[in-house]
Amino acid sequence: MTTQSVTEAEFNHLLDRVHQIGEDVIAQHAEDVDGKARFPREGIEALKSLKLMSAYVPQQYGGMGLSLKQVSKVCEALGHYCGSTAMIYAMHKIQVGCLVHHCLDVDYFQSYVSKLVEDQRLIASATTEIGKGGDLLSSFCAVELDNGEFNLVKKAPVISYAEDADDLMLTARRHPEAAKSDQVGVLIARDQYTAEPISDWDTLGFRGTCSSGFEVNAHASEQQIMPVSFNDILSQTMHPYSHIVWASLWTGIAASAVAKARKFTKNAMRRNPNMPPISSIRLAEVETQLHSMRNNVLASIDEYTALLEQGDTDAFSNFGFTIRTNNLKINSSKHLIDIVGAAMMICGIASYRNNHELSLARHIRDAYGASLMVNNDRIMMHNSSLVVMHKER
Amino acid sequence: MSIEKVREILATHGRLTQPVDSLEDNSDLYMAGLTSLATVGLMLALEDEFDIEFPDSALSRKTFSSIEAIAETVEDLME
Repeated sequence: MTTQSVTEAEFNHLLDRVHQIGEDVIAQHAEDVDGKARFPREGIEALKSLKLMSAYVPQQYGGMGLSLKQVSKVCEALGHYCGSTAMIYAMHKIQVGCLVHHCLDVDYFQSYVSKLVEDQRLIASATTEIGKGGDLLSSFCAVELDNGEFNLVKKAPVISYAEDADDLMLTARRHPEAAKSDQVGVLIARDQYTAEPISDWDTLGFRGTCSSGFEVNAHASEQQIMPVSFNDILSQTMHPYSHIVWASLWTGIAASAVAKARKFTKNAMRRNPNMPPISSIRLAEVETQLHSMRNNVLASIDEYTALLEQGDTDAFSNFGFTIRTNNLKINSSKHLIDIVGAAMMICGIASYRNNHELSLARHIRDAYGASLMVNNDRIMMHNSSLVVMHKER
Repeated sequence: MSIEKVREILATHGRLTQPVDSLEDNSDLYMAGLTSLATVGLMLALEDEFDIEFPDSALSRKTFSSIEAIAETVEDLME
């Protein structure tokens, strides 16, 4: 798919710049973003200045042409500085992944992608619906076509950064008589819809994602309907891609907690060089967890990338692949809570304070969101059917 | 011959939201309400009835997507 790729050296240079922006801009505003539960506009603007909104768009369409592995590293880097900024970037990238994998054969979406590259547009999404309990495979709402245009009304319990996005991807039934699982995705621009808030977003963590609920009223052109059925987009791209980029940014949050624990342990060793502090053993232990967390992401990227290259669209719905993709989400989100918790044990009361350089308050609050948003129990329930059928070979 | 048997098993184990009789051989079973939990029961019943075992390569949503698809896989496995 990607004809040209970014060399290792070019990518490392880019990653250095992401870390620079992370330190100079994103980290500087992280506390305010978290405190006020506001959109991290400074950080997102800085990422736009690096053209990162189109990082996954192939070079032939004007994008950067990063591989998924490279996108994952960018997400991890961002996780070090602000979980919300990293989450917003990852969610945007999922939408870009769907467009790149499924829509570029169509003129309308090709020119949309040029605009995305040119204007560095930010895409939000509304895939859940009130009354659906988080089920992405079906919708109540439907596209109502009339003379080449359509109307769509959707009550979404959660639309992250809806008020700050340039475009919105919504799922809906293909037409009012369609079966509930016969879904399409539509991509609409900010001036083609109104969004009335129906719930607020005052949560423990990931506060800057501003994931309130909205009733969306959309009116747009027929050509903005994505050319492939949404359920194919979900199994071939959205499901694996999201778990990979989420797990990547969670790894960044975990790594940043471990970095604080290392700093604390170094100081403890300086104070008392003759006896190793207990924290050094705990640090060694937490490093093994971080190691697993990172390797899990890499294993999933390798498997998914191989499937993409193989081009066998049925392979994505293999139960084993679905189980392993779900396992990545479950494991990574559990690791995150464990690692941040262990880092807090190492840093002690300093990490418990809100106003200390070793504070892990935001980390631990964000960490619980990883398990609860797209609830692990719901995923486990789904896996519990699949594992019975699954065979190793 | 397996089509009729598959329909019978589907009627007992599919827990569909519409009667199996109303479905074409190529109708999408997921749209007819087939869930992943029901797929487990369906697969176990098919394995028992035809004395087969589904290999990993056949374990995907596609295999259970229609009566026709199920029957094809079953016939392949019986050969």
